[in-house]
Amino acid sequence: MKVVLENLTKKFPPRNKKSGSDVIAVNNFNFEFPDGKLIGLLGPSGCGKSTALNLISGLQKPTSGKIYFGDDEVTTLEPEKRGVGLVFQNYALYPHLTVRQNIIFPLQNFKGKDKLTKAEMNERALEIAKLVQIDMLMDRKPSELSGGQQQRVAIARALVKMPRVLLLDEPLSNLDARLRLQTREEIKRIQQKTGITTVFVTHDQEEAMSISDLIVVMRDGVVQQIGKPQEVYDDPKNLFVAKFLGTPPINVFDGCVKGQKLYIGEEFIMEAPGVGDADVYVGIRPEGFVLDEGGVLSCALDRVEVMGRDISVVASHKNAHATVRAIVSSDSNVNITAATVKFSVKPSKIDIYDKETEERIAIGVKNG
Amino acid sequence: MDKHSYKAWLYLLPAILFLGVFLVYPLIDVFIYSIEEGYNFASQTHFGIGTYNYSYVLHDPYFLQALKNTFILVVITVPLSTALSLLVSMGLASIKPLRELYQTVYFLPYVTNTLAVGLVFMILFKKTPYTDGFVNGIITLFGGTAVDFIDGPYWAKMLVLCLYTVWVVMPFKVLVLTSALASVNQDYYNAAKVDGTSKLRIFTKITLPMISPMLFYLIITGFIGAFKAYSDAVALFGTKLNVAQMNTIVGYVYDMLYSNGGGYPSYASAAAIILFTIVLTITCINLIVSKKHVHY
Repeated sequence: MKVVLENLTKKFPPRNKKSGSDVIAVNNFNFEFPDGKLIGLLGPSGCGKSTALNLISGLQKPTSGKIYFGDDEVTTLEPEKRGVGLVFQNYALYPHLTVRQNIIFPLQNFKGKDKLTKAEMNERALEIAKLVQIDMLMDRKPSELSGGQQQRVAIARALVKMPRVLLLDEPLSNLDARLRLQTREEIKRIQQKTGITTVFVTHDQEEAMSISDLIVVMRDGVVQQIGKPQEVYDDPKNLFVAKFLGTPPINVFDGCVKGQKLYIGEEFIMEAPGVGDADVYVGIRPEGFVLDEGGVLSCALDRVEVMGRDISVVASHKNAHATVRAIVSSDSNVNITAATVKFSVKPSKIDIYDKETEERIAIGVKNG
Repeated sequence: MDKHSYKAWLYLLPAILFLGVFLVYPLIDVFIYSIEEGYNFASQTHFGIGTYNYSYVLHDPYFLQALKNTFILVVITVPLSTALSLLVSMGLASIKPLRELYQTVYFLPYVTNTLAVGLVFMILFKKTPYTDGFVNGIITLFGGTAVDFIDGPYWAKMLVLCLYTVWVVMPFKVLVLTSALASVNQDYYNAAKVDGTSKLRIFTKITLPMISPMLFYLIITGFIGAFKAYSDAVALFGTKLNVAQMNTIVGYVYDMLYSNGGGYPSYASAAAIILFTIVLTITCINLIVSKKHVHY
């Protein structure tokens, strides 16, 4: 079931009625979530991603705009009539009910011809429990489960009524790092097996990139960019998206373009054909640096961090916005006692951004 | 016993001392009084030890009347006040405008003096040779006949006492239940809403279990409070409760100690021990029942 958002906008009235204007949580959101895909809504806290999810679930009503599930308009439909499964950040499992009772709960709400017998309910619950691998915990109470198990029960409860769309609100934020890795694979597996269109919200870019078919990056209620994770990472539309994706984050320098050549400070970095003279921000991914005695960029070496698989070189540059972090392979030789370190830079890992709008400026070479 | 436990007992000493002197010793003393037959207050002597005091109290028509009154009061007011409080706090939780005002209004009886409220109830319900009173005015308006609720038939007086008790105990229950309802995580309701749960089912399957610890606390304290009722009856019917047939067990104990010259501490103690036994039994039953129905 595809989900279509048309000019979706949600405004909240200001807390202080006399001063201040409406808070726009979601601003003119247009997108068609393709059928059967896993889509990650990504952004820093307060960017409106949870509000967008609540609008899709129907728990909140949009100020304007429309929502379609397939070809049905559901904008004004109550949540229970939309056929969505929602997994809450804190799971919201009913603490006084066992796992089985929790999973059956949505089924017991069916009325009329959809009504199921007790045996049918138990059968469906067991089927779903097997899918998320909690079938041996059916008689436990939520308090007797680990965080990861509770998460699975929550997913099972959302899936048991065969929703048209599955929504997950920060599904991994309550889990520890190792479990997070495991559970995100689990979510991907369950999603692929059921084929249900799934939208999940997260502020963790790594989480979103790793399992999503598509990611939607949001900021202050406005969608910044939509695309496949790798595409968004490689071709960020603006500085915000570039900064938000990737760990360690992208390194940003003040630079300028003169005569179709890109400079950081006095140092010539590369040719920039087709770009007019202007002051720009230069973004260089940490993996874009190569240690090179004759390199174009020289930085003061601060320290070297060993990560095992690779080495993180921490350095400073007077035109950089923060400390420069370069990731180089662990077999490269870094002279830790040296005062300066020189890098050459892979052109494909450099992006430049307009100083005013922070929009990315296309460089002829890269796209050509 | 090693060195550390001496220290522990030393730390506990102040509490043990005060609890012992003011709580445990009097309790034991009351029990001793209740089995001393023919105790004389002036000479502080007694004839012997036995169960005569209990037998006397249990055959005293005034005590039986008090027992009956207390039980009626408990059976009617505890469920009624709890259910009404739940209704009111559900209402308070679901309205937005003027909620604070309503909360204050519902809490006012709690800070109002019992006797003052009793006076107001008396004025509302009393029938005098000159006026039928406010409530009777309404009854006659709808074609009924005026009844004297304060000095009239037994059922009328009991009705007023029950109404009054419910009115007095409700504010505290409303307060507790309102905060209990507010502390239920909104996500549970959202989850239920997404699953299309009916209002009734949300109430019975989510709200009630979630607030059951508080509800249970109110029922237990409600039972205990109602069994110990006394001042409410005094506020409405004055101190001659035996004559008005409106005495309660605590009232009986008080009468045995002080009124009409008093001087029957043995009977009073026996009645007090009987009350203690009843309250203890009911509380134990409550605890056993709650184990099955209260979810923490």
